[in-house]
Amino acid sequence: MTDVDTDAGAPPRPARVALFTSCMGDLAAGGPARATVEVLEAMGVTVELPRGQTCCGQPALNSGHPAEAGALLDRWLRIFAPYDAVVTPAGSCAAYLHHHLGRLREPTPEQRALIQRTYEFSQFVVAYGAGLRLRLPGSVTYHDSCHMARTLGERRAPRELLSRIAELEVREMAGCDTCCGFGGTFAAKFPDVSVAMADTKLGTVAASGADWLVSADPGCLLHLSGRARKAGPPVRTRHLAEIVRDALVPAEVPAGTGAATEVPA
Amino acid sequence: MTEQHSSALAGRERIRPDRPEWAAGDIPPHRRPLPLITRDALTVPTARPTHDRLAALDEQRHVGTWSPEVARLRERGAAIRRETLPDLEKCLRQLTGNVERNGGVVHRAATPADARAVIERIARENGVRLAVKSKSMATEEIHLNSHLTAHGIEVVETDLGEYIVQLADERPSHIVAPALHKSRQDVADLFGQLAGDEVSGDPDELAAFARTRLRADFKAAGMGISGVNFAAADTGTLAIVTNEGNADMVTSQPRIHVAVMTVEKVIPRFADLGVLIPLLCDAATKQRVSVYQTLVNGPRQEGETDGPEQLHLVILDNGRTKALGTPQEEVLACIRCGNCQIACPVYRTVGGGHPYSAVYGGPIGAVLSPLLGEPGKDSDLPFLSSLCGACYDACPVKIPIPDLLVNLRAEHERARPDARTARAGWRAWSLAWRTGTGFRATLAAARLAGRLLPERLLARLPGPGRGWAGGRALPPLREAGAFRRWFHGRDRRQG
Repeated sequence: MTDVDTDAGAPPRPARVALFTSCMGDLAAGGPARATVEVLEAMGVTVELPRGQTCCGQPALNSGHPAEAGALLDRWLRIFAPYDAVVTPAGSCAAYLHHHLGRLREPTPEQRALIQRTYEFSQFVVAYGAGLRLRLPGSVTYHDSCHMARTLGERRAPRELLSRIAELEVREMAGCDTCCGFGGTFAAKFPDVSVAMADTKLGTVAASGADWLVSADPGCLLHLSGRARKAGPPVRTRHLAEIVRDALVPAEVPAGTGAATEVPA
Repeated sequence: MTEQHSSALAGRERIRPDRPEWAAGDIPPHRRPLPLITRDALTVPTARPTHDRLAALDEQRHVGTWSPEVARLRERGAAIRRETLPDLEKCLRQLTGNVERNGGVVHRAATPADARAVIERIARENGVRLAVKSKSMATEEIHLNSHLTAHGIEVVETDLGEYIVQLADERPSHIVAPALHKSRQDVADLFGQLAGDEVSGDPDELAAFARTRLRADFKAAGMGISGVNFAAADTGTLAIVTNEGNADMVTSQPRIHVAVMTVEKVIPRFADLGVLIPLLCDAATKQRVSVYQTLVNGPRQEGETDGPEQLHLVILDNGRTKALGTPQEEVLACIRCGNCQIACPVYRTVGGGHPYSAVYGGPIGAVLSPLLGEPGKDSDLPFLSSLCGACYDACPVKIPIPDLLVNLRAEHERARPDARTARAGWRAWSLAWRTGTGFRATLAAARLAGRLLPERLLARLPGPGRGWAGGRALPPLREAGAFRRWFHGRDRRQG
């Protein structure tokens, strides 16, 4: 444990915290993963990155291949079992693990407990990051990703976290929890419908007048930024972890804390 | 008894058909793949205005949020709708007994063909030439209108929305609001063609136009055909909910009333209507209760002054009972409110239910349609969803539609003709990603491709990338693995 203050009365912070990067974080959305590490370290958390981690299996299940998904879930459960907490910048993966563990497997009490201590980024920071000092001038609008809002039931933590950033204005857009059209393999199976849904979302983002579109799901952001770059309105996207990292007030980060450690596969 | 031709449909030959083939009342038997149909659907002129109207409705109604009192109804309604499932047959037998005691005749139909034959026979035996209908999705399912028409019996839809889609030779695009894909002006144009004269777009005038034309048919028809919202097993009561009162007319004016229900419409008790009708009305139209509730307790009894001479109840299965005892039986709790359709961003974006190319579109259609008819039909429908879950929030009886969609996707993958190949791809992927080495090799390959191949070429390679790249910039693949390199490189830098 580090010596960074936490608020009196806050629950004791987990000692060993692992980052679940998610396959998307590893493949194409490294920025949010890096920002997550930087924010957690600013909280004084020592982040471990289990090298053997791959994917939770969601793409396979949603494509109709539960056996393949289950095999990856088993691996996930094994890799992350040793940790006191798991944090991921992918809201959808967190929701998937919470919802589908009991659908794909008959989980042991230990496995259930592991999922209970698996957090989406903003949940963890809101729970344990009260000591962070955050300031970022500008405005954002928050896109609720479907699985995080509806399956995980988490709409409050990201907004709470954004509200802690001084000088940042949060402008709620119309239909903030309307699907952006990503939907995993849906984006490739029904590209035209998926893109039309992105256009609707980008339209409401633009109408909000916010400087940045923020979400807690790399999938939605890749889809929306990809559409905006190709043909959409000039909307700038940012993962919630990146906004929080950018808002860290540097003087408050004690030097040398939170050294990363490598964990063998 | 003299029966004229329908006055509501007079002038129908003047209507110029203007709809895609997948919107037709009778669905083409060999339809194109859904990705192509839905792509076309986006270019239909009514799609965008329909989306915008529905999105506004969705915002305004807060589809998927429930007031505390309706939330309590929802819990009770969800339980009531599942009470019948463990022994549906027993409930149906009780219902049958009570309908017969009330003087009705009950017909069980395993298939759409059975149901069509029963209804056609009743019409023929009674010399029926004209039938008026109130709204019924079950009769859509058995394609009753075209069948009766082919046998010389004219059928007139008397629900305003159904009348509109009948004139346009379309099928309902929503289970409660069949013509929601049409604007007021679209309807005025359609009625204008029918009348051979200009018809104003004023809603009152449009309603009056339909009402005047339908009125004569109510009097002239020899048969009234209705759906059933709920059938109470303990009393044999058939409950029908409308806002236009047309079910009152259909069930009371013609000398024969044929009610068509699907097996899961049975409810345990008459008293349950006190929960289910307000719940249905809230979910369907955000009304506390609909303007009319028609409760049918048999044909005209001795000493009564009105009502039909005969009441027939047709109970259709069409594959539903096969779902009993499986996780998919949850779909049989549905009360057909259509709330999930309004809540669904995919449904809204494609301009309503037609592009789903099934009788039932939208989220509930994607889980119900594959259970109906011959195996394999519509089995690809569950993929036409982003699995966003808005349908579950909007469901008044808490059907876990996203989970059912995922289950049906697995069934589709198991049963598809090239199942082995499809599975092999996912197996290879899963085997590779079951090892850290395999996963890191994927990252390295992606990075290499991102570095060596220009985006224009990447976008054309076969596979999911091509679908993605049609309308979106590709993700920066050259950065694959960058996060891990940064993380571990930092350790080394820090010693």
